[in-house]
Amino acid sequence: MTCRKGHRLSKNTRALITGIGLVSSLGIGVDAHRKKLSQGSIIPITEMIEGVSYPVHPLCNIDYEQQIPRRGDRRQMGDWQLLGTFAAGLALEDAGLAADDDAKSRTHLLVAAGIGVRDQESDQAIINQVVNLPNDGPLLNQLLMDTLRPTLFLTQLANLLAGNISIVHGVTGSSSSLMGAEMAGVSVVENAVNRIQSGDADLFLVGGSFVASPDHLLSLIAMKLAWKGEFLPISQREAKGGGALFGSVGAFLLIESSAHAEARGATAYAAIREVNSGNGVNRSIREVVKRLMGTVATDRLLVMSGATGIEPQTSEEKLVLEYLGIAVKDLQVRSYSNILGLSSEAHFPAGVALAAIAAHHAEPYVPFDISEFEHPTNEVADQMLVTTSGQWRGAGAALLDRIE
Amino acid sequence: MASTKLDHKKRPIVVVTGMGIVTALGTGKQDNWSALTAGRSGIDRIKRFATDNLRTTIAGQINFIDNGEYCASTMCYNLAVLAVEEAITQSAIGSRTDFPGPLFCAVPPFEVEWPLRIKVAHAYSGSNAPSENLFASLAASAEAGDWRDEFTNAQRESVAERLADTFSVRGQPISVSTACASGASAIHFGVEAIRRGECDAALCVGSDASVNPEAMVRFSLLSALTTRNDPPQAASRPFSRDRDGFVMGEGSAALIVESLQSATARGANILGVLQGCGQRADSFHRTRSNPDGAAIISALTNAFNDAGLAPSEIDYINPHGTGTPENDKMEYISLLEVFGDTLKDVPVSSNKSMIGHTLSAAGAIEAVFSLLTIENGSLPPTINYNIPDPEILLDVVPNKSRNKQVERVLSNSFGFGGQNISLVLCAEPV
Repeated sequence: MTCRKGHRLSKNTRALITGIGLVSSLGIGVDAHRKKLSQGSIIPITEMIEGVSYPVHPLCNIDYEQQIPRRGDRRQMGDWQLLGTFAAGLALEDAGLAADDDAKSRTHLLVAAGIGVRDQESDQAIINQVVNLPNDGPLLNQLLMDTLRPTLFLTQLANLLAGNISIVHGVTGSSSSLMGAEMAGVSVVENAVNRIQSGDADLFLVGGSFVASPDHLLSLIAMKLAWKGEFLPISQREAKGGGALFGSVGAFLLIESSAHAEARGATAYAAIREVNSGNGVNRSIREVVKRLMGTVATDRLLVMSGATGIEPQTSEEKLVLEYLGIAVKDLQVRSYSNILGLSSEAHFPAGVALAAIAAHHAEPYVPFDISEFEHPTNEVADQMLVTTSGQWRGAGAALLDRIE
Repeated sequence: MASTKLDHKKRPIVVVTGMGIVTALGTGKQDNWSALTAGRSGIDRIKRFATDNLRTTIAGQINFIDNGEYCASTMCYNLAVLAVEEAITQSAIGSRTDFPGPLFCAVPPFEVEWPLRIKVAHAYSGSNAPSENLFASLAASAEAGDWRDEFTNAQRESVAERLADTFSVRGQPISVSTACASGASAIHFGVEAIRRGECDAALCVGSDASVNPEAMVRFSLLSALTTRNDPPQAASRPFSRDRDGFVMGEGSAALIVESLQSATARGANILGVLQGCGQRADSFHRTRSNPDGAAIISALTNAFNDAGLAPSEIDYINPHGTGTPENDKMEYISLLEVFGDTLKDVPVSSNKSMIGHTLSAAGAIEAVFSLLTIENGSLPPTINYNIPDPEILLDVVPNKSRNKQVERVLSNSFGFGGQNISLVLCAEPV
């Protein structure tokens, strides 16, 4: 007995991407990303986090009021919830569903959820007093009682991104939040596609958001996975021990059954044929891509490569790309982590979004990295393979079809 | 029904073939069930850490298992291992180190906890002048030391990943976080995977060990916890007029869910049927339900439609029943809307009166108790029920368990962030 992933593709139950909400260091929305990524040469945007020499891809300027009109709502959210709620609003708008209350009440929410950013000021105040009294429990209790605020809890709670999306945008079909950084981002897309293909439901709002904060960076440093010093393209980091830069990204997708999209006359960016994150005990990127290769039906494949510079995952992905280079006649590769950074819960949805945008527009992307795999091209691929590896566990991939 | 192995919507019937549980009442189904039906409370004074300066000083804690130095994720993992081993043994599926299906695991949102944060800061302050920039000093300390294991444990997926290793589950393990509905959500994910034909069996787990100072302060600041510390056993009072908040509890439960087809083919003992699941998100408020109960009512209705049953066919309700003024009132209003006048004849008893609110684990723990209620033909009581709330007219099985055969049970779970989920659990299909 093992897991079986469905291949019940019928005309009515193809999973289509009909809305994209994407925010990153590059800008806001589909057009901003498309324009920046298809012209000239791309210079990744990075800055150092204050006080340390670790770079991140920072968030662009966002006027949250455009998607979250009520001040009262904005005040009760942490940065990651603001970003995610904003990106979710963009996706609904892009799908033409922002004002469709009936559709939104039938839309299922699947959110890859991290936890919120801690309040650095409160933590510093507490640490300063307890650092040399590490066993003084009563003192810590008193400081926590005095320093924490009720709203802080809600900005940190994993499922409150989904909660805020329900409140602000009225998406109330059902609401599930999955945790686990990059792999949670894979699982939410995979679950939506499986449910659409089985005819279980028609509409899913799926994605995640991540703000590159000192708190998250501390974990990456302690786990010895962070890239230190000036930015270097991912393809050149292996020789120096590897490592990833965090990037702030909000990425949401409206995934819809073909029957539902057709009935309302919606335009789709692309179809998601299948998502895989391993069916057995082996969950390596090699295993995952192998399982999708049976559904690759083209000589012209675009790989949206999610390797982040973390080793050994990045080297493993390189081997996969070498294999694909032999198996596929016209292989195009774009390393989206090189321009967006490692964006945890938002990483895979963002890769899928970029692949879907590429599928829909006639203008191919310019190279994202200076690696041996990336070359300028004038040809739009027929299928797109999006990959992601977890920071320390798991791998996932999606195969997208261009819609004629 | 059993001959077709399909339900009323032509989907595979999903049954439960193994269950495991650990709560403040003990380890294993037997100890838990005898304590629960004896009306014994597992709530006690917190001894694991100093409670000075906290408003609430009690919890449903698990102190009878050695977890070493406290770390929420390590304790969650340890509790889950106990529950999963019991479930796999009962189900006789695979082996104790080889479960042939996916894992859906409900866990609280982990983060780097204070003891670790203080240790990292302390390591820095020992050899350096104090820094104005907390992050810079923590980063320097994290860089210099080897904290890989501690920080990896604090990642949100750590418990599910460790369980996946221990039991060799198939595919990507899923960490579900829908606040206090998480345990029920994990079961729903498992049921759907089987109905879609993705697997024959799934491991659904809920585990929570969040009783620590910061988590308690957070719930205190939202006025969610009772402060009736003395005596601890009398603090949790679901549906009483004088209820004033919940008591945090620790625990874990595991359920092996399996297609009826697969269970019958391998001659497994069937413990019950997961007949229906219903969800609905509320868009009213971050911590409160819409006063009209619309989302809860919709979750209930969805569960009944999914199960192919009418509310009148339900024999017993295992409610969310936290003992907060708001939850119990909203749950009653919504049940009344769906059940109508017959509600007063349906027994409704809250396990949380004895084990506290086990948060992310509650939905899984209460699903196990619901199936034990069916299996044993006795209804556990709602203890501490001395002053009925005149606005909540329920048969709460007050204070003493009651012998009664039940076939169909409704189990509710609600959570912050507008999470509402209901499960319908039934006796073995005939």
